[in-house]
Amino acid sequence: MTYLMIFITGIFVNNIILSQFLGICPFLGVSKKISTAFGMGMAVTFVMTLATIVTYLLYYTFLRPYGLEFMTTVAFILVIASLVQMVEIILKKSSPALYRALGIFLPLITTNCAVLGIAILTIQKNFTLIAGICYCLAAALGFTLAIVVFAGIRERLERTNIPPLMRGTPIVLITAALLSMAFMGFAGISY
Amino acid sequence: MSNTAMNNLTRGIVRENPVLVMLLGMCPTLGVTTSAINGLGMGLATMFVLMMSNMAISCVKKVIPDIVRIPSFIVIIASFVTVLEMLMQAYTPDLYAALGIYIPLIVVNCIILGRAEAFASKNTIFQSLLDAIGMGIGFTLALVLLGSIREVLGNGSIFGYSFVSENATPLLLFIMPPGAFLALGGIIAVVNKLRGVN
Amino acid sequence: MNKDLFKPVITLTCIAVIMALVLGFVHRLTDEPIALAKNQQELDAIKLVTGEFDNDPFAEKMTITTPNKKQKFIMYPARIDGRLNAVAVKSYTNTGFGGRIDVMTGFNVDGSINTFKIISSHETPGLGSKTDEPRFKGQLEGFHPNKQILKVKQDGGDVDAVTAATISSRAVLRAIERAYSALQNFNTRDNNE
Repeated sequence: MTYLMIFITGIFVNNIILSQFLGICPFLGVSKKISTAFGMGMAVTFVMTLATIVTYLLYYTFLRPYGLEFMTTVAFILVIASLVQMVEIILKKSSPALYRALGIFLPLITTNCAVLGIAILTIQKNFTLIAGICYCLAAALGFTLAIVVFAGIRERLERTNIPPLMRGTPIVLITAALLSMAFMGFAGISY
Repeated sequence: MSNTAMNNLTRGIVRENPVLVMLLGMCPTLGVTTSAINGLGMGLATMFVLMMSNMAISCVKKVIPDIVRIPSFIVIIASFVTVLEMLMQAYTPDLYAALGIYIPLIVVNCIILGRAEAFASKNTIFQSLLDAIGMGIGFTLALVLLGSIREVLGNGSIFGYSFVSENATPLLLFIMPPGAFLALGGIIAVVNKLRGVN
Repeated sequence: MNKDLFKPVITLTCIAVIMALVLGFVHRLTDEPIALAKNQQELDAIKLVTGEFDNDPFAEKMTITTPNKKQKFIMYPARIDGRLNAVAVKSYTNTGFGGRIDVMTGFNVDGSINTFKIISSHETPGLGSKTDEPRFKGQLEGFHPNKQILKVKQDGGDVDAVTAATISSRAVLRAIERAYSALQNFNTRDNNE
């Protein structure tokens, strides 16, 4: 029950992009087409889950027992950066098809604050490993949901006559505002 | 001050403003600007890291081999962010609590890695410092502007000083997440107009 | 070893070592101020919710549990001339709009609430954060959880929720309610022994 609650809250109520503002760069940058948006979502899901597990273990087996909590930020970003590189190399060798699908998104993920943000939040919220994985999967799926829905809207916007003043970034941000407003409707289901 | 130096300093403030023109560092921009004071705090915190990392990277630019350039930059930036975290925890605990998760996330702020890569790794220490100050001021100004607009509309106050009656109902939406997107979209539309884009 | 690899590895290691030294140094420098700042924050909160005291509440702190023994909270007695004046209970809830909320609540000797202070929360500034402002707080000063219902009016209680922030209001009341029940639990057990 708790896990289910963490899951639903993570996807809809505390949507990582629309209410926590993590991972805005890919949200605005890689959301012109549904297919690329979906690819990005999957790549983030994959890396984020892996990163959360690894950083969780690192924190509880190494950083905390030795009183090195203050090194969390440095350790986590290094782990995430190397993890992304490793995933890239392994995918290239073992699964060229998957690499073609996700490869171009991987380098972008190192500086995606959603991955580091969720890794740190999992520690801050004192989750157990299982709850942490649940939380991070929910966040990643929330990310995918938001970016795919957003890309769908943007594909339609392409064919719309937008006032000159609002063309480009402004209309994208206003659209994001409306989407965020729609997601606020989920707030009621949390408790 | 020579012309190039002046140019490096002022470039980031208006012409290449990191947030309003280059659209970098969106997460903290949208996330912490529920009030003007938070925007100011976040802006100054980022500026500190930007100055330190730009100087450090400019110092060591000659000894870093190309293939470990990015990892080295990340180590340097992450260390300065941790230094900042510890200093803020010790001396400004309230601000640290208010900015929360966005402080460690300065590490992945594209502005900092971007300036390291595009400027500090090619220029002298002094010029890199000027660039960092300029970009830092530009970032801070954008955050304070967004924070002020959201605070005025959403809470009827500015820098914590309320100017509406207790019973007034401000436009709460601007304090909430959609308001961040809405206000930034509006600001960028105006900036684009002023720049003559479109 | 491959010569092309040698220099990058050494450089990267050197940078990491130097930065680690810098971090270690700053950590040592700020360790004490951080602990002091945290203590001070807690002490300020205790002072605010209990009013006057002349003892050291930290020295007398006790752990108390809710009746189902699930949650452990910390209680700080505030005394004047050795006589118990009020107690501060630090409790929390995870049901806030932004997750966890830590609340310090001051209880008078008769069990009524003196006042409370939100120590840390991630509620929306300007909305949920208004639960820490006089308009909401004022209702709870002098409130007796035994005689009145510590719930928002929507849930059949006696407290007006902050406009547009029912979830945060509910959560804060829940944290206070938990502090109260833990205190009651502690008192009855204490009297029986």
